[in-house]
Amino acid sequence: MRKIIIAASLAAACIATAVAAGTAKHPHPVDFSFKGVFGTFDRAQLKRGFQVYKEVCAACHGLKLVAFRNLKDPGGPEFTEAEAKALAAAVQVPSLDENGESTTRAGTLADHFPSPFANDLAAKAANNGAVPPDLSLIAKGREGGADYLHALMIGYAETPPEGFTVPDGTYYNPYMAGGVIAMPQPISDDQVDYVEENIPQTVDQYGKDVAAFLMWAAEPKMEARKQLGMGVIIFLSLLSVLLFLSYRRVWRNVDH
Amino acid sequence: MASGPSTYKPSNGLTRWLDERLPLMRFANDNLLSFPTPKNLNYAYTFGAILFYCLVVQIVTGIVLAMHFIPNSALAFNSVEYIMRDVNYGWLIRYIHMNGASFFFIAVYVHIFRGLYYGSYKAPREVLWILGVIIFLLMMATAFLGYTLPWSQMSLWGANVITNLLGALLGTDFTQWLWGGYSVDNPTLQRFFSLHYLLPFVILGVSVLHVWALHHVGNNNPTGIEVKGPQDTVPLMPYYTAKYFFVIALFTIAFAAVVFYAPNLFGHVDHYVPGDPLKTPAHIAPEWYLGAFYAMLRAVDFNFILDSKVLGVLVMLGAIAILFLVPWLDTSKVRSARYRPVYWWCFWIFVANYAVLSWAGLQPAGTVLFQTGVDADGNPVGFNITHLSQIGTLYYFGFFIVIMPLLGLFETPRPLPDSIATAVLAKKKGGGAAPAGAAAAPETRV
Amino acid sequence: MSASTHDDATRRDFLYVFSGAAAGVGVAVTAWPFIDQMNPSAATQALATTEVALAAIPEGQQITVMWQGKPTWVRKRTAAEIEQVRAMPDSALKVPEADQSRTKKPEWLVVIGICTHLGCIPNRDNVGSPGGYLCACHGSVYDASGRILRGPAPLNLEVPPYEFVSDTLLRIG
Repeated sequence: MRKIIIAASLAAACIATAVAAGTAKHPHPVDFSFKGVFGTFDRAQLKRGFQVYKEVCAACHGLKLVAFRNLKDPGGPEFTEAEAKALAAAVQVPSLDENGESTTRAGTLADHFPSPFANDLAAKAANNGAVPPDLSLIAKGREGGADYLHALMIGYAETPPEGFTVPDGTYYNPYMAGGVIAMPQPISDDQVDYVEENIPQTVDQYGKDVAAFLMWAAEPKMEARKQLGMGVIIFLSLLSVLLFLSYRRVWRNVDH
Repeated sequence: MASGPSTYKPSNGLTRWLDERLPLMRFANDNLLSFPTPKNLNYAYTFGAILFYCLVVQIVTGIVLAMHFIPNSALAFNSVEYIMRDVNYGWLIRYIHMNGASFFFIAVYVHIFRGLYYGSYKAPREVLWILGVIIFLLMMATAFLGYTLPWSQMSLWGANVITNLLGALLGTDFTQWLWGGYSVDNPTLQRFFSLHYLLPFVILGVSVLHVWALHHVGNNNPTGIEVKGPQDTVPLMPYYTAKYFFVIALFTIAFAAVVFYAPNLFGHVDHYVPGDPLKTPAHIAPEWYLGAFYAMLRAVDFNFILDSKVLGVLVMLGAIAILFLVPWLDTSKVRSARYRPVYWWCFWIFVANYAVLSWAGLQPAGTVLFQTGVDADGNPVGFNITHLSQIGTLYYFGFFIVIMPLLGLFETPRPLPDSIATAVLAKKKGGGAAPAGAAAAPETRV
Repeated sequence: MSASTHDDATRRDFLYVFSGAAAGVGVAVTAWPFIDQMNPSAATQALATTEVALAAIPEGQQITVMWQGKPTWVRKRTAAEIEQVRAMPDSALKVPEADQSRTKKPEWLVVIGICTHLGCIPNRDNVGSPGGYLCACHGSVYDASGRILRGPAPLNLEVPPYEFVSDTLLRIG
């Protein structure tokens, strides 16, 4: 009884929080392959999402919690070791030369994705006073998660309502709390050339792919987690049955 | 001890030798194996064992996490992500620890509500109850400290709010002493880590006292009638150990469902954003299990003799302090709500009220629930979260200060059974009514 | 009565034994992640190999690189040094081992620079053994192949696993 009340209160809390999160429009749920108890990532989608990140987002947004070696790990885009090495080598990472001066060198699998700016102050100066956030955890760090990230990409197409003023240096996007965002529309149709022929090269598709990639970047162990969970819960269910029968047998001859 | 003199007999030379020097086996036998426990305990009485299980899980996962966590403000957040991504099974251990805290509180709330329902706080169990409230306080402190460690936005700002609250009462010298600086920063994190590691062992110690106090007077039971003889009890092992194993397995299924399929259900998205002392999150909220006290704190939005901020802190602390007085506030001679029809209703309303307060504490301040109009700026006005919290706080205190003392004087209880054994027999006969006449010699059954 | 209690007893025992065994398996499986988390993490394993550019090392010179946290010497030996170590008789060695089995290419010596006695780092030396090493801590002397000649060290310097990815790139580990 208590648990039902608490569960119901929690559910109400979640809904109320979402509604009350200011004036942000609620993102339309996307049918991502990784949702649900049996959800898994779509490898091809993760590869496309990585391509979008690399060609478009990486100019301003870091991904510092992800290492190049993660690109070949099971449960992710699953590039081959050779592909991952090549992707790493194509990126310049900070290093020191023999005189101890800052320089750069080609990345290795052990390196993490570099941040495009040396520090927050440099990032602010280059971006109108706003720091483009690192994207490693953005899918878990924002209400709405991957759905929100996709919605944000397509939200730029919407026109502001009558009388809504968009301050200089910002752009209208209904999915941001307050309706304005400092980032200009980052991507347009046909900007990224996908290898696959049958995938549309639209902002909507780019948004879905990069959102899925960022979900993996935030939670690379998701598939392992769900798989292990299935085994654990099945085992515990069987064990509970055995323990229940044992309990009943112990108490068989006692009135209680 | 409620079980009477020890029945342990050392079985061989070695155990006899040990028993004369340190009666460990005797202690284990008397308290864990043969302890006579009322035979009518229901599932609400298994949560003590579940809580001990939760404590062990938290300590084991916590010690392992401490092998990888770095308690320094520049490195803490990334060290937690290192655990999630690079440490073998780190993600599992972190999610267990994080959700273990929530499940620990789910179990403690069931356990506390059980005590309130069955009158387990009444004489001679006052000290048992008080030790329990102390454990509850220690749990809240431990959970708060633990939540600050990842140094996320919510960690930082939650720490800020709570330490400032204490400052409202005790002054800025106190907060600077607590912080180790002029604001929440690295020194604060380092000492919070040390205390977070320490307190669970204090909880362990107080839990030992708690079980000792329980065993000295004996368990309460759903009838509220004390044990009259061996016909009312069964030895803890195997009867209740079998029940504990089963219920712990069930509890673990629920726990696993959250850990593996909804690990961030109880959390806030801002816990995944690194802490920034220059940017307050839109919506600072505590973890759900502290929601009710936070609601009561925020409910005081007016001045009365004292400033509303100070008053709010006093009300919040008072809400916890009142729990210590419960054994003396309830004047009823009848223990169990089973036989107290008015108290039964008041109790369930209390539970619902506490759940609503918990929810309210998590909502953004000022959220309007039923709009009645708009103010000068066009913002909605009406019945809002603060009003709801005020009503909830009134009932919370009213339950302890008004209902408990008065009901005992005016309520007519239902007829009580003569003993546990009689009640059990009556239930077996299919009914449970009219125990008053069944006074005859209780049958002894094996 | 006795027959049913006997049956009762075996059925009851089997259930308890089976439940206990299942619970035991559960506990053992649960214990594994707690043990495995102490094994080197993925980040540490990523640093399990080190690559060295060989073009920058002139003949007769040695560089020290860190491999798995240990100082590892990569040394380009001169022809004279190679001839000298290969001419060394077994009787002069405390632990006889041919130089050919300690190197893949004669001019490149790759050894871990940790004395096998008690762990100090030996220095380049030309007194005790020309072109060799002397450990200042307790006086162990190694030759230009890293083999122990005299002193308390019990073993030759350890040769890590390595391979030549190309003529100019060495991968250790």
